[in-house]
Amino acid sequence: MILGAPVRRQGPPGEGTVRDLAQPGRAAWSFPDLDVEPTEVPEAHRRRQAPGLPEVAERDLVRHYTRLSQMNYGVDTGIYPLGSCSMKYNPKLAEVAAAAPGFARLHPLQPDGTAQGALEMLWRLEAALCEITGMTRATLQPPAGACGELTGLLIMRAHHTELGNPRSTVLIPDSAHGTNPASARLGGYRAVPVPSTPRGLVDVDALAGLVNEDVAGLMLTNPNTLGLFEEDIARITTIVHDVGGLVYYDGANLNAIMGRSRPGDMGFDIVHINTHKTFATPHGGGGPGAGPVGVVEHLVPYLPVPRVQRDPDGTLRMSEDAPRSIGRMHGFHGNFGVLVRAYAYVFFHGSDGLQEVSELAVLNANYLASAIAEDFPLAYPDSRPMHEFVATAAGLERDAGVRAMDVAKRVIDLGYHPSTVYFPLVVEEAMMVEPTETASGSPGAQSGPGTTEGPGGSAARPLRVHLPPRLTPPGASVPARSPADRVRGGRPRSGRAAPRRNR
Amino acid sequence: MLATVGVPSIDDLFSQIPEGLRLERPLDLPRGVSEQEILADLASLARRDRAGEDLVCFAGRGAYDHFVPSVVWALAGRSELYTSYTPYQPELSQGVLQALFEFQSMVCELTVLDVSNASLYDGATALVEAVNMARAGGRSRVLVAGGVDPRYVETLRTYGRGSGYVPEVIQAPDGRSAPPTDIDPDVAAVVIQHPNVFGILEDVTAFGAPARAAGAMLIQVFDPTSLGILAPPGDLGVDIAVAEGQPFGNHLNYGGPYLGMLAAKIEHVRKMPGRIVGETVDVDGRPGYVLTLQAREQHIRREKATSNICTNQTLMALAATIHMAWLGPGGLAELGRQCAAKASYAFDALTGLASVEAAFAGEPFFKEFAVRLPRSATEVRDALVDRGFLAGVPAPWVDDGTLIVAVTERRTRQEIDALAIAMEEVLAS
Repeated sequence: MILGAPVRRQGPPGEGTVRDLAQPGRAAWSFPDLDVEPTEVPEAHRRRQAPGLPEVAERDLVRHYTRLSQMNYGVDTGIYPLGSCSMKYNPKLAEVAAAAPGFARLHPLQPDGTAQGALEMLWRLEAALCEITGMTRATLQPPAGACGELTGLLIMRAHHTELGNPRSTVLIPDSAHGTNPASARLGGYRAVPVPSTPRGLVDVDALAGLVNEDVAGLMLTNPNTLGLFEEDIARITTIVHDVGGLVYYDGANLNAIMGRSRPGDMGFDIVHINTHKTFATPHGGGGPGAGPVGVVEHLVPYLPVPRVQRDPDGTLRMSEDAPRSIGRMHGFHGNFGVLVRAYAYVFFHGSDGLQEVSELAVLNANYLASAIAEDFPLAYPDSRPMHEFVATAAGLERDAGVRAMDVAKRVIDLGYHPSTVYFPLVVEEAMMVEPTETASGSPGAQSGPGTTEGPGGSAARPLRVHLPPRLTPPGASVPARSPADRVRGGRPRSGRAAPRRNR
Repeated sequence: MLATVGVPSIDDLFSQIPEGLRLERPLDLPRGVSEQEILADLASLARRDRAGEDLVCFAGRGAYDHFVPSVVWALAGRSELYTSYTPYQPELSQGVLQALFEFQSMVCELTVLDVSNASLYDGATALVEAVNMARAGGRSRVLVAGGVDPRYVETLRTYGRGSGYVPEVIQAPDGRSAPPTDIDPDVAAVVIQHPNVFGILEDVTAFGAPARAAGAMLIQVFDPTSLGILAPPGDLGVDIAVAEGQPFGNHLNYGGPYLGMLAAKIEHVRKMPGRIVGETVDVDGRPGYVLTLQAREQHIRREKATSNICTNQTLMALAATIHMAWLGPGGLAELGRQCAAKASYAFDALTGLASVEAAFAGEPFFKEFAVRLPRSATEVRDALVDRGFLAGVPAPWVDDGTLIVAVTERRTRQEIDALAIAMEEVLAS
């Protein structure tokens, strides 16, 4: 495996904030001359002191944010093998499609008759997502995966409430992402952890002991958060259904099974999808995402409003007519612009392409897991990973004092984005790797967690790994949890406490 | 590659899926197509919509047709930024982190509040999060002024089903909201929107006094484009201010992606949801930026969390940041002045029609106002679509004839005059 020279990828050091570029009297703005009579703001409502926004020329603005972009690493910069995040290539065609004025300039409260193209797109995308997941209908409204989770839990709550008792607990595997228990709480439930077996799968016997008539449901990903397929999924869903509970599919890992298996066929009742994972809508540096939620037939009445419905004459409309609906999860219809990109991805790939996406994602992950196994063995060697795997640096730490974080920093030093580290929480010195289908799978696959010198190589030479990154921008060695000194820029206003620097 | 893995075929990689659960048929979707074909498909859908130059937009209620300067997406569209993940890895994310820090700083300057997060999903869900912050202290009730957009109230009601509250709306027959009277120590938050759903300027301080007396938090839904000319939330005694940030740099996009803004007094920072970026220094003393105060967040607190927010709307916040920097203090004030003046001109033009009257006469407004039509506002709006105008948004919760009209700096005197003529013709027909 040849990596080539380290990549220097940051802008020049010492880029100040946009405020540092400001000079009084400079401006980038231009407006047409006012063509009507000016008006006065009533005295009592007037702003007394202008806000301290920067005064900059457009040229300076452009250079500043261009330099910031050079201080950032994206999928377009290089491999980004963050486990559980599915950082795959974002096709450019989706950006072009979403920029069409008929989508980009459409007001959310336009009459339905003037938005038939947008509604048709939503209608077809909903149907495609239902086919991929095995659900009956879906809402495309939740603007993110976590919001999709809460939508699902509120649907669960509405269902049980109609049956006379909302119930009080939701079961969640101990390996699950933190949003699951947080969403459960916001849905009004207490999260109860379900233990994993030594093979990294749900402990089915323990689950059987945990279910009762007070359990509203179970939240699960499959493949699970460790990248392993829950082989006993049919038994698991049956156990929960037998006490009247519902089973929720967290779609974080749907990328592994498209065209191969469907949550609906496994017995799941509610499914959310992260379009920014499975369908390659850009992560945006931390949003926007979209978290559509599909449900089985008997839960359809609870889906949020408005919903797209088709009249007998073929006309589509945003319908608020759903008396049993949980209500509204977003101010408007969700992240429509993201959904356009998801549509582009789904129908560009089609039935054959989506299946190939999953096959390549699984092949790449297994290849990489094998290639680095000598230095970084799988945390659960008895189960075959799917689209991602969790390796551990525990042995390396024991033998050489090198921790997962050191490996990540070393990978950064070589010019690549490292894997997820220290997640899932249940694995010691975890390194969670997801190459996705868009990593090159051939020899030369650019990055495993510590493949700095190639598979089986000496990535872990303690002295080298322990060095802090040398080529990365300011802030390089700041641990992410250090308390930051300031959470806002700008000059302190008189009469307010001045921001303090601790160091 | 299969040899390295040690399996003979791709199928073997999926062998752990039990036989009965394998999909033994292709997905029932069309087969993949070329780029040319998918772009043609989406372009034909987009052409079926009427928007932009094709339909002059006077619709608002939280989403506005403001001008987006060319520089915004020329920069926000740089793929080093938009193809990156949440900036957990500060060494590789200084660009996004610094932009978000600048965003927070500008939001604080706008609102005259101490601390802002890195954005939330949209205005309505930002209000939900603000209410959750207020309720974190153990109080339960949530009072909502009558002038708050019913869409925001519906969103609160939905999320309240899980959190265990029902928002109580103080009815406001006159367009301007009435301050709360039924207030007690169980009230966690009093919510006011200023300018309100009808564009009317509210007396925010009249809500602050009873809220403070009862120990409740005062939450204001604000319009960021108003803050060049209108008094900021921090000067009005507001504890938490939230807004729909779409007007800064983001296209209408049929309702999203937008961004929620949320700023608060410093004492509430540990209850604040979502990402917060802080400035710090590295081992060599150089400035750098990191996600901070993460102990508040769902991935640390898990079932003890008061928010499940995992991402923000970074890309939208970046666009808003660039737009705010483009505006500066002078441009923001000019933006506000132009909106207000053009809205005032449109108000005179429409209420000058024989059969149209102000829905709430005498109330000062910002860039939006309500008129009462002699016929169904929905029918009139639909008839005006045929003449090339999106005339506004009906307000059926007031009555059948009320139409809310929004006027941004993007509208011209000519367009406003043409709307008035078209409306007169529609009403006469």
